[in-house]
Amino acid sequence: MDIIRNFPLMTIILSLFSGSLCFVLKGKTARYYTIFFEIFLLVVCGAILWYTVTTGTSVTYPMGEFPAPWGNEIRAGILEALLATLFMLIMIVSVLAGYSFIDMDLDESKVNLYYAILNLMTSSLMAILWTNDLFSGYVFLEILTLTSCGSLIVREIGRTTLAAVRYMILNLLGSGLFLLGVVLLYDLTGHLLMVPMQQTIAEMAQDPRLFMVLTLSTGVLTVGLSIKSGLFPFHFWMPDSYGWSTPTSASILSSLVSKAYIVLLIKVIYRAIGLEVFEKMPIRNLFLVLGIMGMVIGSIQAMHADNINRMVAFSSAAQVGYIFMGMGLGGPAGYTAAIFHIMAHAVTKSMLFLTTPRLAEVAGDSLLFNKLQASALKNQDAGFFFLVGSMSMIGIPLFAGFSSKLQFALAGVESGSHAKLISVILALAASSLLNAIYFMRTLIRIYSVPNGPGRKVIVRTRHRLDYNAPMAVLVALNLFLGLFSWVAIDLIGRGLEMFG
Amino acid sequence: MFENLLFNYEEAAAIILFGIGFTMLLFHQNLIKKLIGMNIMDTGVFLFLASMGYIEGRKPPIIVDGVTDPARYINPVPAGLVLTGIVVSVSVTAVMLSLTIRLYKRYHTLNLDEIYTLSVHSMEDR
Repeated sequence: MDIIRNFPLMTIILSLFSGSLCFVLKGKTARYYTIFFEIFLLVVCGAILWYTVTTGTSVTYPMGEFPAPWGNEIRAGILEALLATLFMLIMIVSVLAGYSFIDMDLDESKVNLYYAILNLMTSSLMAILWTNDLFSGYVFLEILTLTSCGSLIVREIGRTTLAAVRYMILNLLGSGLFLLGVVLLYDLTGHLLMVPMQQTIAEMAQDPRLFMVLTLSTGVLTVGLSIKSGLFPFHFWMPDSYGWSTPTSASILSSLVSKAYIVLLIKVIYRAIGLEVFEKMPIRNLFLVLGIMGMVIGSIQAMHADNINRMVAFSSAAQVGYIFMGMGLGGPAGYTAAIFHIMAHAVTKSMLFLTTPRLAEVAGDSLLFNKLQASALKNQDAGFFFLVGSMSMIGIPLFAGFSSKLQFALAGVESGSHAKLISVILALAASSLLNAIYFMRTLIRIYSVPNGPGRKVIVRTRHRLDYNAPMAVLVALNLFLGLFSWVAIDLIGRGLEMFG
Repeated sequence: MFENLLFNYEEAAAIILFGIGFTMLLFHQNLIKKLIGMNIMDTGVFLFLASMGYIEGRKPPIIVDGVTDPARYINPVPAGLVLTGIVVSVSVTAVMLSLTIRLYKRYHTLNLDEIYTLSVHSMEDR
């Protein structure tokens, strides 16, 4: 099976090529092409996953066949392949369930450019997942930032442009810090490839003076990536960016792009710094504190939102807090919980962002809560998907959200510290309660019939299969992660072992 | 500790430049000044890389007289990184400038605070 070795690089190169191709295609052709191409990529990522799981080995592709310490490498293990497969699946669903809005929000002559951007974004997502080299990570990080900004500004209203500018500014601050961190680590170790860097760092960490410098460099890099992924207190760009963009962009940005930064951070921690060395640094406790604060404050801000998309966006900020809390707990259990939550949140949040515009559509094109009354009765399909998404966010058993909360609690137990366990359990309880309050309130609002004359005029809209089928895939994935979480947990555990 | 700072004055200058740029990008309300700040920040990192790659008394790594001893040459990798970084920085600047032009055409100001106030009042809620 030597050919599998080429697959990871193929996903990156072919996506870049597709991006260029979409520039010359017509809007509709570009859409069909992108969907078929992404299904093809899903099959390719599935093949890599199948190969890595059955053989239990990772696939390494040295670029230009230069051996390890000199060349640039691409490496695919179980974890990367699992995440790539899930990311592709969510990408396809987001395009299928949201393309009618793309056609509506964009000028007809520019639709193909949107698909070009999506393909370039796929390419950078894949590159970030597969890369084994810190500087390549930086370059594709910037491409991801540019393409996600592009996917925001395609909807040409003033607020999206402003949101895109603020998104870019925050992201540029993050990239700048990440670049400085990479350069400092390169200066210290002389390597850009992650595995040789880890070996050098393990030796350097013995010396307390060098350890301090290492902590500083890692800290700069970590802060950069936390800013980009929207960890509290850097989450304030989220509601505008997610709330005003076209639904496909909101879904992809919240569930894939901001998570890709966290995956890169986990990769740096595991592969470039080494988990043992990283756990000795005080950065971990900062993750825990900021994560918990993000969980609670994000939820409180979500409660105060007057617009359903902003509420869902603030809840994304809270979910990023969960992931960082898992990383703060540390150890394989903490990281397993964090990665499981990345998956659970990707599945749930994309469902919510693809549903809210459908509810708004039947509520007189308004996302404001006071207009949304009875919208779930008018559009029962969207109402049902919002219900499933909300139950998963609250953490009702059967759904993915419950399993990930369970994993965090277990990671808290395994951290071996009473203070950490208690703070994690309290944070989980508080955040679940707040989630329940604002999602329940929304559900009651969208399912209740207004009094008075509005009572009789509930006109029902039904969706065709092109919306319901992809959303049903998300529901199935959500239930799968909820009911058979052990399958994913087992894969993540094996993937993390292979990751280091 | 501080004598090292004097010895590594290029690196110190690079970090100071990075700090200046970072603060400008973060705190300035004027979009053009923010962009200038971003470029200063990136230049700081490039200066750091360039000064790191150059080793006094050594030659560029081009073999002309058959000497393959690596101790005779400077490290070419940082220069490659700087070039890549410059390309990234230029493209980001271009995108940001185009966004700035779009905002200016709509709101006739470059001040981010004012743009925010104007956009909130323009009632584009769906």
